[in-house]
Amino acid sequence: MAGRMDQPKTLYEKIWDAHVVEKRDDGTCILFIDRHLVHEVTSPQAFEGLRAAGRTVRRPDLTLAVPDHNLPTTARRDAKGNRIPIADPQSAQQLEALESNAPAFGIRYIEDAAPEQGIVHVVGPEQGFTLPGTTVVCGDSHTSAHGALGALAFGIGTSEVEHVLATQTLLLRPSKTMEVCVEGALGFGVTPKDVILAIIGRIGAAGGTGHVIEYTGSTIRDMSIEGRLTVSNMSIEAGARAGLIAPDGTTYAYLKDRPMAPQGAEWDKALRWWTTLPSDPGAVYDKRVELAASDIAPNVTWGTSPEDVVAITGAVPMLDSFTEESKREAAAKSLDYMGLSEGQAMQDVAVDNIFIGSCTNSRIEDLRAAAEVAKGRKVADGVKQALIVPGSGLVKRQAEAEGLDRIFTEAGFEWREPGCSMCLAMNPDKVPPGERCASTSNRNFVGRQGPGARTHLLSPAMAAAAAVTGRLTDVRELMG
Amino acid sequence: MKPFTQVEGRAYPFGRKNVDTDVIIPAHWLKTVSREGMGQGAFETVRKEEGNVFDDPEYEGAAILIAGDNFGCGSSREHAAWALDDMGVRCVIAPSYSDIFSGNAFKNGILAVELPQEAIDRLMEVARTDPITVDLENQVVTTPFQDRFEFQIDPFRKESLLAGRDEIGLTLESEGAIGAYEERTAVERPWLTPATA
Repeated sequence: MAGRMDQPKTLYEKIWDAHVVEKRDDGTCILFIDRHLVHEVTSPQAFEGLRAAGRTVRRPDLTLAVPDHNLPTTARRDAKGNRIPIADPQSAQQLEALESNAPAFGIRYIEDAAPEQGIVHVVGPEQGFTLPGTTVVCGDSHTSAHGALGALAFGIGTSEVEHVLATQTLLLRPSKTMEVCVEGALGFGVTPKDVILAIIGRIGAAGGTGHVIEYTGSTIRDMSIEGRLTVSNMSIEAGARAGLIAPDGTTYAYLKDRPMAPQGAEWDKALRWWTTLPSDPGAVYDKRVELAASDIAPNVTWGTSPEDVVAITGAVPMLDSFTEESKREAAAKSLDYMGLSEGQAMQDVAVDNIFIGSCTNSRIEDLRAAAEVAKGRKVADGVKQALIVPGSGLVKRQAEAEGLDRIFTEAGFEWREPGCSMCLAMNPDKVPPGERCASTSNRNFVGRQGPGARTHLLSPAMAAAAAVTGRLTDVRELMG
Repeated sequence: MKPFTQVEGRAYPFGRKNVDTDVIIPAHWLKTVSREGMGQGAFETVRKEEGNVFDDPEYEGAAILIAGDNFGCGSSREHAAWALDDMGVRCVIAPSYSDIFSGNAFKNGILAVELPQEAIDRLMEVARTDPITVDLENQVVTTPFQDRFEFQIDPFRKESLLAGRDEIGLTLESEGAIGAYEERTAVERPWLTPATA
């Protein structure tokens, strides 16, 4: 639990303790929030609540708004720079609401066609808005991503969005802590996405409930910030509201000179504090899990829960392998929805759609990994749609500067504008009913990518491999 | 927040595990700027299944929903709580919940009762024919057959639910402490005010 003195503390406990404004007798704390990201889907009702109660935004300077969920990923401005209207009137209305609420409450707003626009969880770190040791919230469960920079970051509901807007705090009780330690070098073709899928497969979709996960070990330390963001992003798929990775040299090098990061003397002062944050030797976690990197293969999901993970070289599990009856029933239901049979080899599964994007895997390294596989190859004939959706306008520019867009378009992929796209079926990018998608996103839930859509979660390199072969494929067979 | 004291009546014997918020309310229902009318979209995919509990006249208007482990996992959408509220569900009983969902339910005056799977199994059986009573004050779920399942709840949440308390109003009572914290950190961690881009 947080608040202990004179004994080794975890990173989580240090951040928590530095943000307690007031502790109530019943153990509930008023926790100060340093960074609040706002998007168009979960905020309109919160702003409406503020208006109804005659309240203002306490700290607009700590709040950043950017639209992402609803935006089509096709061109947003015509040749004259005029907005191309969003066809769906409800999506257009949500965008308009954010466009008017942000300035009305004095909040910094990144507009839909700005080069800095993108998915909130790509934009926050990229702009240096997310910093080590800060508390970061957003009305989106994948806020857990920001923990990659050593920030205590978690998703909140709309009532909490309103609470943060009005008070810059939340009423919370401390979480339990879980250490997930991954040691060793990743094998050829194995990526951070495979690591987090392996972790979720191991501890289960509810394994981290009530806990904040801290990822430790050499495998995590050796990852870039992009890779760490992928891992921490999917903490929520393991049930943990937040993930954390201790800030280190990689973190500081990533953040230095980002537009909203501290500069000059303030940077030096911040750095001194940040270096005190990593968990003390001997700090105690409520739970501990260990994985060996050498045991992790390129992974895919076969079912409708992110815990349904199997190595690409494996097969759909036999129903008899589930000892618990409720799990067996759930698996049977999943296979029925997914149109798969028990024992079927994963590499025999043909795909109709490819989605490379989302807050999990839309950063520059993800696109580089996908391009490496796509280079000189063609999207297979059976694939109906293959989308590459950069996580932000800045990622898009960088990729174009590196010529990645041409590799993709020459291979037959579509090169799109930044946004949440096909991850969640809230904009025109959807997987049609009954069709199958190899997707770098984070959720394979029933209907997640569209009603009746069948999702297989995998890494960007694996998605590109599936695109060029038309079936789920072990990317290692296509590499070097 | 709507106060919650006690609910008595029929319950949906849903029972499934890992029910995510995309199942409770699919994303296309989120394209609204209001909190109203979400009930129409609640469990849309489940309601396409023949014989589902939500369209069974036996359970019409039930105010209690019984589910399996990890209820409300996935997306943070509070629309899931709004949808349950709009369909008349005041209380969910399950072995465990996602942290975000249980918070969202609480903020909407919906009681999320945690009971072990054995109790859930028994309540699922009772719910098919008889009513269930959930009493927050005494922290107990009972049936007409003398079943009695006591549950634990965070004291702050209990007090808030019983009183139907406005949480923002409550926090604003500590405005002085928030201001003092801000002044202190402005000196200790001045970099927290973001540079202007």
